Amino acid sequence: MDISLSHVDYRYQANTPFERLAIQDVSIEIPSGTYLAIIGHTGSGKSTVLQHLNALLIPSEGTVTIGDREIKAHQKNKDLRPVRQRVGIVFQFPEHQLFEETVEKDIIFGPMNFGVSEAEAKKRARIALKQVGLTEEILDKSPFDLSGGQMRRVAIAGVLAMDPDVIVLDEPTAGLDPRGRKEIMDMFYALHNERKLSTILVTHSMEDAARYADQIVIMQQGKVVKKGSPEEIFSAPQDLMQMGLDVPEVVRFQLKLEEKGNIKLEKIFLSIEQLSAAVAEQLRRGVTS
Amino acid sequence: MSKAIVSLKEVTFQYDGQERNALNHVSFEIYEGEWLAIVGHNGSGKSTMAKLLNGLQFPKEGEITVSGMKLVEENIWDIRKKIGMVFQNPDNQFVGTTVQDDVAFGLENMGIPREEMIHRVEDSLKKVKMDTFLHQEPHHLSGGQKQRVAIAGVLALRPAIIILDEATSMLDPRGRAEVLETVRTLKDEKALTVISITHDLEEAAKADRIIVMNKGEVFREGTPEEIFSMDEQLIELGLDIPFSVKVMKAFRKQGISLAKHYLSEEELVEELWTFRSRM
Amino acid sequence: MMEKMIFGRYVPADSMIHKMDPRSKLTIIFLFVCIIFIANNWLTYTIIGVYTFLMIGLSRIPIRFLYGGLKPVLWLVAFTFLLQLFFTREGTVVVDWGFVKIYAEGIKMGFYISFRFFFLILMTSLLTLTTTPIEITDGLESLLNPLKKLRFPVHEMALMMSISLRFIPTLMQETDKIMKAQIARGVEFASGPLMERIKAIIPLLIPLFVSSFKRAEELAIAMEARGYRGGEGRTKYRQLSWKTVDTLQLAFLAVVTIMLIYFRS
Repeated sequence: MDISLSHVDYRYQANTPFERLAIQDVSIEIPSGTYLAIIGHTGSGKSTVLQHLNALLIPSEGTVTIGDREIKAHQKNKDLRPVRQRVGIVFQFPEHQLFEETVEKDIIFGPMNFGVSEAEAKKRARIALKQVGLTEEILDKSPFDLSGGQMRRVAIAGVLAMDPDVIVLDEPTAGLDPRGRKEIMDMFYALHNERKLSTILVTHSMEDAARYADQIVIMQQGKVVKKGSPEEIFSAPQDLMQMGLDVPEVVRFQLKLEEKGNIKLEKIFLSIEQLSAAVAEQLRRGVTS
Repeated sequence: MSKAIVSLKEVTFQYDGQERNALNHVSFEIYEGEWLAIVGHNGSGKSTMAKLLNGLQFPKEGEITVSGMKLVEENIWDIRKKIGMVFQNPDNQFVGTTVQDDVAFGLENMGIPREEMIHRVEDSLKKVKMDTFLHQEPHHLSGGQKQRVAIAGVLALRPAIIILDEATSMLDPRGRAEVLETVRTLKDEKALTVISITHDLEEAAKADRIIVMNKGEVFREGTPEEIFSMDEQLIELGLDIPFSVKVMKAFRKQGISLAKHYLSEEELVEELWTFRSRM
Repeated sequence: MMEKMIFGRYVPADSMIHKMDPRSKLTIIFLFVCIIFIANNWLTYTIIGVYTFLMIGLSRIPIRFLYGGLKPVLWLVAFTFLLQLFFTREGTVVVDWGFVKIYAEGIKMGFYISFRFFFLILMTSLLTLTTTPIEITDGLESLLNPLKKLRFPVHEMALMMSISLRFIPTLMQETDKIMKAQIARGVEFASGPLMERIKAIIPLLIPLFVSSFKRAEELAIAMEARGYRGGEGRTKYRQLSWKTVDTLQLAFLAVVTIMLIYFRS
């Protein structure tokens, strides 16, 4: 399912003395099957963009198109449930949304709200649980008796069980330890590939963006300042640094290396393996010349 | 190293209603003026340690000594004066309605006269570079700023030890960098002992010494160099390996043999180019 | 919805009223509530009215702001008026439609009582518009201090109030966040039959309770770690300062009171 934002503005608390323009003239295309990363500092407007992706916010100006549904500013947008079923959002610290007595009830809550039968929802719950790496034994437990990491996974399973076409992730690994972080990110990447989902990752992490995304949008002060493939985005790391943004560690390391050795490699590398191969090549050539 | 300011002897702790010990015969010492990082994955027992050091919980067995005082119920208030804590969630430790009120909270508790309080509030906010935010309300601050205010609140009490209990884990990269930078300068400026409990190895890399916890026990103790040479073992423990170690491994695969086992990024850059001139 | 509410919201400005000591403001409001009952004729009501608008003028709060916020309450004022109009049965009959009779006294009482109500609302919202909640808390704590001798937990109450105030915005943000998360899971908060809507509150309330308890617990630990052990032996950082303007304001209110007593019939 394609999603696009076209010239979207959003104002918080419009027509009050506290009015604030959160995003301005944002246009983003997300064709079906894309893995898009939206990067920016806190307050850059990336969370506001996220909430437009399943009509939690209605634009103050411009149009959001989700599949065949158009959501326009200045008009009544009724019955948004079908949209929300197709776009699942995993919010930051999703474990805060758990509320049911048992894990199973919590996971089937979403699907059943969207009219899925209980039997079908329970079937999906089992599949989703497996996907997030939990066992069926916990289905009858109270979600509040689980560890923090398990709670996070149950909440994610609750979104997956809705069987969305698009999955939106808002800092899904915040607060997890390195192992948990890697497991969750790898899981979403596998899902993205297996189920041919569109995935939209909202993150601070340039590392994750460089590793998983095929498109990157960089936001700053409510505007899109850069978009393109990771290779395009990071090909001019100085630009990013000038804007006060980070670059992936490997890029930063390459820059240090180039500066110190007073050389220029043919391009910017986004993985340690590629970089080390290129540098090793340089070093060997240094011997022969 | 200089003398021990905190020592744990055979400390065992168990939470009510849990079968497994959260800490199992843990013994180590913390030296005056050092930055010690206690690392481990979530549930390794590292956070329990923080609660024990500050008398928020008491060990089932074993003994904890802080500044020569044995930690028991009777003297926890004296010990808390020596140890300041910064917790994980920036919101849930902000007591005051404004920045200055929050910093003053601990001082009020100690019954410090008002004149002295005003001076100390300003002074400690200056140290964390938050002195222009005196009247700001917490919900207008970023996570990193809130944590810096929390640090100022601790500094105002002039403790000997500061414990950062996963204080950066809920922050964005910018907030994390702000907080670590603040701690670093504080540590350099005066004889403050820093204990940082974390699963972030980049944070641990800044410490003088690292203790790796696993399953409620001390798994390994050493300098960052020693700990990071553990390599794959760290990943097995639910942690990560620092970036420079990953790079070194990649270079070794390319057939470039590097001398030492652990190097910081800067050292590595240096080493690689010396390598070129050697070739 | 919440954002348009002006009632109880602080609006910063640099005015004489803003600078007053919360204790004097609280005292004045308390006395105002008492003396407003002295007024019983047009002249005395005019004096009260002039006094109220003088205070609003001094506070430099834009009238537009007051009006916007007070709109919902104005309905109540109008309702009070009508109630008095139709249910007072004294004096001469002015209008007689058979089933309703309106008496002269009814019109008069309608005006008096709705004006009294109106001025009270204006003055109390002026207090909250010009005084931060924490100042009000401090003022109350200081005024209630004598009650400590009767073992009334004044310090604990004030601390409780100030912590609640501190957490209101945090909890509002949290409510918004959880609400959106549940909407994304198919909950409809704003439409559907009443029973459905009540049921929809549960997925919001439970997470809020859970997180508030967690917050409370963590906050208690943090407070203990920072040496909090009750009000005993604590000093205070925020200090109230009684200025000349406070004395003058109280004196002015005394003059108004004397005028009211003199002119009442």
